Parts: sequence; C-alpha cells; structure tokens
Amino acid sequence: MQQFIRQLAQENDFQSTRLLKILRAVQARYFHIPKAAIEQLALILSIPRTQIQNVIEFYSFFHLEPRGKYDILISSSITDLMVGQEELINYFSEKLGVKIGEVRADGVVSLNNTSCTGMCDQSLAGLVNGYALTNLTKSRIDEIVENVNKQLPLEQWSSDLFTVADNIIKPDLLLNQKPTQGEAINATFARGLKETLDEVEKSGLRGRGGAGYTTAWKWKFCSEDEGICDIEAQRQKQRYIICNADEGEPGTFKDRVLLNSYADSVFEGMTVAAAIIGATQGFIYLRGEYLHLYEKLEAILAVRRNANLLGKNILQHGFDFDIEICLGAGAYICGEESALIESLEGKAGIPRNRPPYPVTSGYLGKPTSVNNVETFLAAANIAIHGGDWFANLGTAKSKGTKVLSISGDCAKAGIYEYPFGTTIQTVLDDCGATDVLGVQVGGPSGTFISNDEFERKLAFEDLATGGSFIVFNNSRSILDVVHNFSHFFAHESCGFCTPCRVGTSLLKKQVDKIVEGHGSAGDIVALEELCQLIKNYSHCGLGQTAANPVLTTLERYPELYQNMLKKISYEPGFDLDKSLETARRMAHRDDAAAHLAQVE
Amino acid sequence: MNKSIVIDGKNIPFEDGQTIMQAATAAGVYIPHLCHNPKFTPHGSCKLCTVKVNGRNCSACTFPAAEGQTITNITQELNDDREKITQMLFVEGNHFCPSCEKTGNCNLQAVAYHLGMTDNHFPHFFENREVDASHPDVMIDHNRCIFCTLCVRASQQEDGKNVFSISGRGIEKRLVVNSESGLLKDSDLDVNDCAAHICPTGAILIKRTGYKVPIGQRIYDHSHIDTITLAAEGASHDE
Ligand SMILES: Cc1cc2nc3c(=O)[nH]c(=O)nc-3n(C[C@H](O)[C@H](O)[C@H](O)COP(=O)(O)O)c2cc1C
Ligand code: SF4
Ligand code: SF4
Ligand code: FES
Ligand code: FES
Repeated sequence: MQQFIRQLAQENDFQSTRLLKILRAVQARYFHIPKAAIEQLALILSIPRTQIQNVIEFYSFFHLEPRGKYDILISSSITDLMVGQEELINYFSEKLGVKIGEVRADGVVSLNNTSCTGMCDQSLAGLVNGYALTNLTKSRIDEIVENVNKQLPLEQWSSDLFTVADNIIKPDLLLNQKPTQGEAINATFARGLKETLDEVEKSGLRGRGGAGYTTAWKWKFCSEDEGICDIEAQRQKQRYIICNADEGEPGTFKDRVLLNSYADSVFEGMTVAAAIIGATQGFIYLRGEYLHLYEKLEAILAVRRNANLLGKNILQHGFDFDIEICLGAGAYICGEESALIESLEGKAGIPRNRPPYPVTSGYLGKPTSVNNVETFLAAANIAIHGGDWFANLGTAKSKGTKVLSISGDCAKAGIYEYPFGTTIQTVLDDCGATDVLGVQVGGPSGTFISNDEFERKLAFEDLATGGSFIVFNNSRSILDVVHNFSHFFAHESCGFCTPCRVGTSLLKKQVDKIVEGHGSAGDIVALEELCQLIKNYSHCGLGQTAANPVLTTLERYPELYQNMLKKISYEPGFDLDKSLETARRMAHRDDAAAHLAQVE
Repeated sequence: MNKSIVIDGKNIPFEDGQTIMQAATAAGVYIPHLCHNPKFTPHGSCKLCTVKVNGRNCSACTFPAAEGQTITNITQELNDDREKITQMLFVEGNHFCPSCEKTGNCNLQAVAYHLGMTDNHFPHFFENREVDASHPDVMIDHNRCIFCTLCVRASQQEDGKNVFSISGRGIEKRLVVNSESGLLKDSDLDVNDCAAHICPTGAILIKRTGYKVPIGQRIYDHSHIDTITLAAEGASHDE
C-alpha cells in the first residue's frame, strides 16, 4: 500500500488541492481509506491528518470502514420513491443477503441509499462503485445480484445496465445549435473581447445555476484590476474559470445531458469566458454521481488540445487556457459556489463567509468566476450569434430560454427547452401530464405550486428554477414529498452553522412526527416557527431554502397538516413504549405488564 | 476617520476593515456572540451575533462595517430568535449545568440567562458522546462541545500548533484531536496552551482545578455577560 499511495501522491504532484482525487483512488482500491493511508498522506502532502479525516467524514462516498467490493447505492429521490424505491431496495437487500446500510459478511457487497443521482427520467437509479445504473427493475436487480455473486468485473456486466439516455424531447434555441469546434472562440476574437462581453451583456444572460446573477456583470467584476503595477500585482492577476457541474438539486439532470451531448460548446463557453476575464486555468467540478461521463469528457478535452482549442496560444490568438476535470464525492452543498471552491482546494465543502465574493477572492484566493454548465453553453452561442439573437426570446427580466429536466408523473420525462415566460400549463401539456395535483418547480429548494397556479410563468420574476420540474398527480401525497425533502436537507446540511445544522435535523423530526400521526395542536405553530428560524438565520442558500418544502405546502394546504393532528393538546415527540424496548430485552420480558399504552 | 454606522439609533464610529462586531465592541455596544473572540479570525458559525443591516440579517462578527449601514441589534425579534438558536445548542449536546464544573463561568449558560431562556423548547437529541480523559492535565467532554472552533483557532493562531479540528458533516459534526490515536494524550497539547483555556463551555476543562472557585463567586454569578464581555473584549481591542 505504501508504494501505491506514494505513487498516487506523486502523480498528483504532492498537491493537497488534489486530495479528493487521491482519496477517490484509495477508496476504489481498498474500499475504504485505511488509517495507515491517512497517516502517510498527511506526511507526504504536508497537511494535518485531521484535514484528511474531515474530508473523509464529510463526503458520502468516502469511508473509514470498508464497504463491499461492489458498493451499491440506490437513489432515494422523490422520483425514485414514486416508482417503488422502497420495495425495490428491500428486494435488492433480500436477494443480496445484506441489510441496507451494511456490508455482507463476506465483504463482497454493500448496499445503501443515496441522495438523487440525477437520473430522475430513468428511475429507479443507482450507482455501483460510482457508475450510474438506470431503470432498475426486479429483473435487472436479479441480473446485478448474479453478477455480484459471481464476482464478475464491472467491465463484463451487460452495458445495458449502464445505459444513460439523453431523452431530449423538446429542443429550442440552444439545443438546436451545433456549432463547429472553434467557432465561438474565433467569433470572440474577431469581434473583440470587450465587444463580446458587451454582447453577453446585451443578451441579458443570467446565471442558470439558480441565483440568476447577470453573467456579464460577474465576468466584469472578475476581470477588474487593482491597478497597481508591481510583481505582486502581476501574480495577483492569476484568475480562474469554474464550471459548476455539481447538479445536486433533486430532479435536475439537464447538465448531465448538456455535458454528454454539448460538451464542446460548454468547453468553448468556458474558453470564451477565460479570454474575457483573463484566466489561464479552468476547472469543471463534476459531481461524483456523473463518473460515467468522466472518460468521455477527458477524451473531448484531449481532442480539443490536439486541435489547439486548448493549451498555448489558442488558435493563434495569443491566449493560453486549459481545463481540468475534478470529481466530487457525494455532497449537495458543493454546488454552492464557495463550498465548491473549498472542495476544489482539497477540503470539506463548507461555504465561506461573504464578502469577499469569489469574483475577488475565489480559488486559492484569486478572482474566480463560477458559472453553471448551461450558462457557458448559452454564452458560447451568444458569442457566435450576438446578444440580440438570445434577447429576442423570453421576458423583460428573463431573456432567452431555459432548459428543464422534467420528471415525475408525465408521459414523457426528459429534457425540454422553453423561452422564459412559458406557462406551467404549456409545459404540462407538452410532457403529457394529466390529473395533476401540483408541480415542484426548482427542486426541494424551490416552490411547490398547486393546480390553481398553472398559468404562472417560468421566469426569474415569477417561478425561478435551476431546471428541476417534478410533476405529481392526484394519487400522490404531498406530505410524502415534504417528508422526503426534509430528510434530504438534514442529510446534506454541511453543519457549519447552528440554525441549519440543528434546525434541519429538528425539522426532519418534526415533519416525521406529524406525518406519522403523532402531531398535536401546538405542533404546526412550532413547525412554522422553526422553518422561519432556519430560513432567516442560516449561513448559506442550503439552510435558507431548506424549509421551503414545508413553508410552500403549509401555505397552500394548511388543512392537510391539520388533518394529520391528533385531537389532544400535546403529544410527546417520542414513543414511550418503544423507548422501553431495551429494558424489556434486558429483563427478558415481553408480557402485557411490560408495555405502556400511550395516553390518547 | 469619521466614518460611522448606526446601531439601535446610536452613531458608532468605525475604521475601514473593521467588522460590525469590532466597531460595536470598541464603542461599548454588546452584540451577543459565542463563536467570536476578538483574538482570532472570525468564524461566523453560531449565528448568535445576527443583526439586521438595512433590514437584512448579517453575522456581525464577519460582516464589514460600511458607511450607510443602519443596524438593529437589541430588539425583541432578534433576541427571541437568538434565544431559540441558543436552545438549539442546548438540545444538540448534553448540557446538565448543575453537574458541570463550568457552571457560572460558562458563556453558553451566561448567554442563555442573558436572553431570558428558561427551558430548552426543542426536543433533545440525547446524543451519545464520549469523554476523553486520557491527557494528564486536560479533559474533553464532547457532550458540551458547540463546534465554535475557538479551540481550533487558538491552537493554530496562538499556540502555533494544530491540536483540534472539527470533522464530519451536518448533525454528525464532532471535535477531533490531531494525533494518531485520536486521543488528547498523544497530541501536542500542553496545559498552558491557549487552546486548553479558550472553550466557552465546559467541553475542555483543566484537571485538578475543579471548584477551586466556589459557586457564587464565579464570573457570571453577579454580572451579566454583556458587562463582562465588554470589559474583557473592549480592552483587548485597544492592545
Ligand atoms: C446548496 C446550493 C447548491 C447549489 N447547487 C448548484 C449546482 O448544482 N449547480 C449550479 O450551477 N449552481 C448551484 N448553486 C448555485 C451556485 O452557488 C452559483 O450561484 C452558480 O453556480 C453560479 O453560476 P450561474 O451564475 O451560472 O448560475 C447552488 C447553490 C446552493 C446554495
Ligand atoms: S457547559 Fe455550560 S451550558 Fe453546558 S452543561 Fe456546562 S454549564 Fe451548562
Ligand atoms: S471544545 Fe469548546 S472551544 Fe472547542 S469547538 Fe467545542 S465548544 Fe468550541
Ligand atoms: S450549513 Fe449551509 S446554511 Fe448552515
Ligand atoms: S459570534 Fe458571529 S456567528 Fe458566532
């Protein structure tokens, strides 16, 4: 092992910023991060062992204790639950002979739940040793169980199991473009860098990652100089471009498709942005769940290097730029731009205090622009066609089109592109959704809208969305949705600040209590009060939106919550009888007198 | 240098680069806080110091003071919410004040009193946390850690060591010790280190000093935390 670790560190130039990459390799080989590896890495990377320990404990895909040789994770997004996740994972567990969350005694296989893997249009989804599995049914599960028991190497599994479909159903302005390699870069230099930035500004393009910040302004701030001309200031000029491909918001999967089928344009958008702000290095932060895209993207980057679209003196324009792909390791919070930067630096993804913002102090303290995959795709096409081409579509405040990932109760789940200003009803008609109860727009951190609101519009000024669009029909229970989302946030809170760390766990318990029918009169007031506290006092966007599932449904369906309450004024949060279980076991008793009936 | 901000209607002067907390403390205005100590880089995690800056919630310990800020600090709404955040810290750990050596000297307890907290409000987590009594002179009772990172920062910034760190995600957060065994006795910690004395709660205690100061004569037994803090931290700003 010593030899292996040493070589691994060497391949990564002994850079502690590459810690996640190094740990991914160790985890893949030893199915956990052995203690000895931590000690050795701390020494040769010159970082405290606690930094490594912290990274391992922070990311879901790293483990201090061995997982199975085949580590199987099943997505537990709401869309997975809608196709019977619970029954199927139990079936899996039974067939494999391993309990959920555990490793089989022979060490061959382990099974667990995981947060949404970005395959909501081909649920039930999962991962085996990080590689995406789709459309899991009982028969496909049987096939996997057989492969595992035969200990068949992954390369020999039927490739069908790993098929990830694009499902592009309604392309529009952006998805219909197929520019040639280098077209956007050449157009940018032909027009001029400043002039191209002006076109991006004219296009009205706003960030597609959720917050909707005007892209041209972000690039402008990022390129501004201190004005002092000495060597230190020169070095300060190092700037970075980062493509945010963490796509962790449940129900969002459009960036996966954009990277699978439009990667050249995305890379080109990054290159144009780099030329404009003066960056020489770019990163793609690819969520760990999209490991299946890694080699393909590396190959495209290699082609681009060969064609001088990356590297030194790109297309003879006198500008250097290259792109490195960095994989995440299972943490939704790393989609938040400052947490993402921390992660790129080889640390746990904890959002930074702001100010300073990344545009002034980002990766390694240098000015950095973090943009979403779709933002770069749009920018590349705007560089070719000009700002008006884009701004002609959309509304006054939301220009252009938005790519949606549609899933849930509809005939055709997949990728749809719409001009901003399109009504929800239009979208529902197109995707074949009938008998609709409501739609979760923007994922768990967004808004649940009821079937009275389908004339509302997709737009930053009305219903903003990073792309997640989950349809629920009348057979679904809203409280099940809220329950799933509350568990998601409690699991994904980074734990830095009190209101989010403690609050999301309290919220999960409070929602459980009500959904399980133990709620009483005061509980809804307490629920709402807790939601406001988390929303108003949390450090970052995760905490500030974690209560949205409860708040947006409580506002629309108060009676739903009321109906779950018992007709007594107070119900304890715990089950008295259940708490006596240990005592009964120790006393070897299970007779009637050893049980307590809760007072009704 | 006559820039100023307004806190609760009072003009407070500040210098460029100062946070709202620094400007307030220097001017004798107390903003409740737990994870902040003027000696170290601010952390911004406990959120007790939240104030409203032009209507928007900001952490006073990290947010830069700037001309044009109208700030509210002591209001019923903010103090009620600070009380609830404090209650969150109480239910997350296991704080049995009457049996804790730190009682009366504890910032968590003192802030709770100051905010008028009389119960824990939220359901308890009853987390099973350990005690590390391996070190000859210092012990850690993880039940009382509120993850303020003051010991982490003190060890790095004052002692030039790296004894403590916070590990884990979300509610699984925990304080870890930088030693191969993970035990305090195998770390570089010395009883005279700043990190051994900085803990605002009873999570890090010095052995064999218990109850030397009797209950009734402890720091917060006769004065509120605002007075004590301003005296201590206001002074350290002038250094
Ligand atoms: C908890 C959280 C998760 C986020 N996840 C993503 C994500 O997966 N992808 C993304 O582009 N932006 C995400 N964001 C928004 C980013 O912080 C950032 O605003 C965005 O990447 C900027 O790019 P844009 O201007 O192109 O939208 C997230 C924000 C928060 C608070
Ligand atoms: S540390 Fe403070 S709050 Fe915690 S138990 Fe001790 S006295 Fe109470
Ligand atoms: S041990 Fe004390 S000082 Fe260290 S993080 Fe915990 S509460 Fe803060
Ligand atoms: S942990 Fe992100 S908001 Fe608190
Ligand atoms: S004192 Fe400011 S967040 Fe803790």
